[in-house]
Amino acid sequence: MTTTSNPAMGRSAGPKPSLRRKASRGSILADRAATVALWGTGILVILILGAIILHFALAAWGVVSPSFILSDPSRATLGGVMPILWNSIYILVLTMLIAVPVGILAGIYMAEYAGDNGITGAIRFAEESISSVPSIVVGLFGLILFVDDFHWGFSALGGSLALTFFNLPLMTRLSEQALRAVPQEERNASLALGATKWQTIQHVVLPLAIPGLITGIILTAGRVFGEAAVLLFTSGVGTPPHYNFLNFDLTNPASPWSPFRPATTLSVYIWNLNSEGLGAFKNQIVDGSAAILISMVLIFNLGARLIGRLLTRRLTAA
Amino acid sequence: MAQLTSVYRTAGLRARPGLLARIDLPRRIVFLAAASMVAIVALLLAFIAWQGIQLFVKDGVSVGTIVSPTWNPLADKGPQFGLLPFILGTIYVTAVALLISAPLSIGLALFLSEVAPNWAKAIVQPALEIFVGIPSVVWGWLGITVLVPFLADTFHGPVVVSLPIVGQVFSMPGFLTGFSWLAGSLVLSVMVLPTITSVSYDAFRAVPQELRTGSLALGTTRWQTIRHLLIPAALSGVLTAVVLGMTRAAGEALAVQMVIGNSPTLPASITQPVTTLTSQITLDMGNTVFGEPWQDALWTMSLVLLLISITSVVLVRVINKRRLAS
Repeated sequence: MTTTSNPAMGRSAGPKPSLRRKASRGSILADRAATVALWGTGILVILILGAIILHFALAAWGVVSPSFILSDPSRATLGGVMPILWNSIYILVLTMLIAVPVGILAGIYMAEYAGDNGITGAIRFAEESISSVPSIVVGLFGLILFVDDFHWGFSALGGSLALTFFNLPLMTRLSEQALRAVPQEERNASLALGATKWQTIQHVVLPLAIPGLITGIILTAGRVFGEAAVLLFTSGVGTPPHYNFLNFDLTNPASPWSPFRPATTLSVYIWNLNSEGLGAFKNQIVDGSAAILISMVLIFNLGARLIGRLLTRRLTAA
Repeated sequence: MAQLTSVYRTAGLRARPGLLARIDLPRRIVFLAAASMVAIVALLLAFIAWQGIQLFVKDGVSVGTIVSPTWNPLADKGPQFGLLPFILGTIYVTAVALLISAPLSIGLALFLSEVAPNWAKAIVQPALEIFVGIPSVVWGWLGITVLVPFLADTFHGPVVVSLPIVGQVFSMPGFLTGFSWLAGSLVLSVMVLPTITSVSYDAFRAVPQELRTGSLALGTTRWQTIRHLLIPAALSGVLTAVVLGMTRAAGEALAVQMVIGNSPTLPASITQPVTTLTSQITLDMGNTVFGEPWQDALWTMSLVLLLISITSVVLVRVINKRRLAS
């Protein structure tokens, strides 16, 4: 670096003016125009998102209130969404209870064990296929399997299992990415100390991957919470009855705790209200429900970022 | 353990791993978890294919009915199950959505990877993630309450373009209700925007930095570098992005069903109501009885959808294989 390879460098920077190919006027104009257009796409996205959030903030004004969230639905008055919101959360928890362990275990296989062979190829192909199958088709699969063949009828459990099928590839891929992000040196050090492969995964790789895994869980949860097409034909459509939360009998379909009961979620409720088109307060109820859904999406997203960042800081500082 | 090992060693034997280690239970468990996805796909394919062929096997409808244009499941004598309106509807609505969304999304990916300073990226990328998270019923509801009335109010009358001497060159009926092919495509174009953007972004990021600096050092402008170097280099990735966007658009059900008007006729004009495979299934599945020909036709539609998505998975693989080969 200290020696100049080009003796001319001292006198003039760059090649002689006659040798420098000046970009033509036209190409400079095209470059300017392209820069403006590309900035335009970025600004457009922000404007659309801002408009959507503003729209729902205005639409939900005067609709979403503690009583809207905590009361039973009604068509004649501005009914609430309490049992529906309960169902959304119930199905979310039930789905995540199944999808998170299976997804993380599958992610461990793909990141730590999978060799470059036909079996891995088949699993990858299956992963990509489920991701691209339309959600409505997954819902129909659930309809045959759980509703008809298992004779469960419309049930929260059937809906959760169908949602698990649909989101397992996402959970697996995000877990695999989180595990692959752990540096190889950490594994080598652990193995060199005499730990077995599984001990290494359990005590070294998994703890280091926790921030990524948590982000993956929250992103998957966000998708599960808003999904409707999978649930339409598995957990059912319709206004839920009044729930008695003191009824803990899990086999009783009237109990809000039972997995074997029809469970309309918030997104399905929006679709149902819209397609039936009944009730004077339909628009307000849908606006309010949509505002709740959007707020949850925002919370899930910000939560994933915040928790990921906090955990990374804590784990890397320790 | 150590004592046992030394006993083996003095006997000239190597320590055999314990039974638990030989079975390697953890490996088996994680393998089962991953392999469950293969089982799910196999079951799903088998069930949907079995239900999907019932229209031809059990109800005796000829396979050619798939390309017949008449859909009339309630006709007294000889109901007709022509699936062409739905298949064409899906293709047309998806195509227009991609025509709108692909240039925008690829532009956005170029903006993020080549132009945007860090602060702009820090705003646009989280915004895109929120886009992904917005549920499809919410997009549909936005379509109904904002887009559909806007189209109906703004372009109510027929759109006619005429030139002085040539006369009328182009005419299009207006949006009577606003529920239309274009409304469906516009809603879809926003929904697939994050998919196409993020996959193209990865493709542009994968182009080595040296190629960019080399090109710029030759005196090209940034746009020339993008057009003649980046886009060709990332072409297979961008194609993959568009195919993934197409898959998502063709399979989207509720948002489309809410704004498209659901008219089971061949698509005539971008301003008129049409229907798609997904929206007809969504609408009719609840109104039909298991085993009747009408419902069997809906299962055939879902088999068509399934075949479209599996084809696109294969297509993406072919595109990527060619990239690896070249």
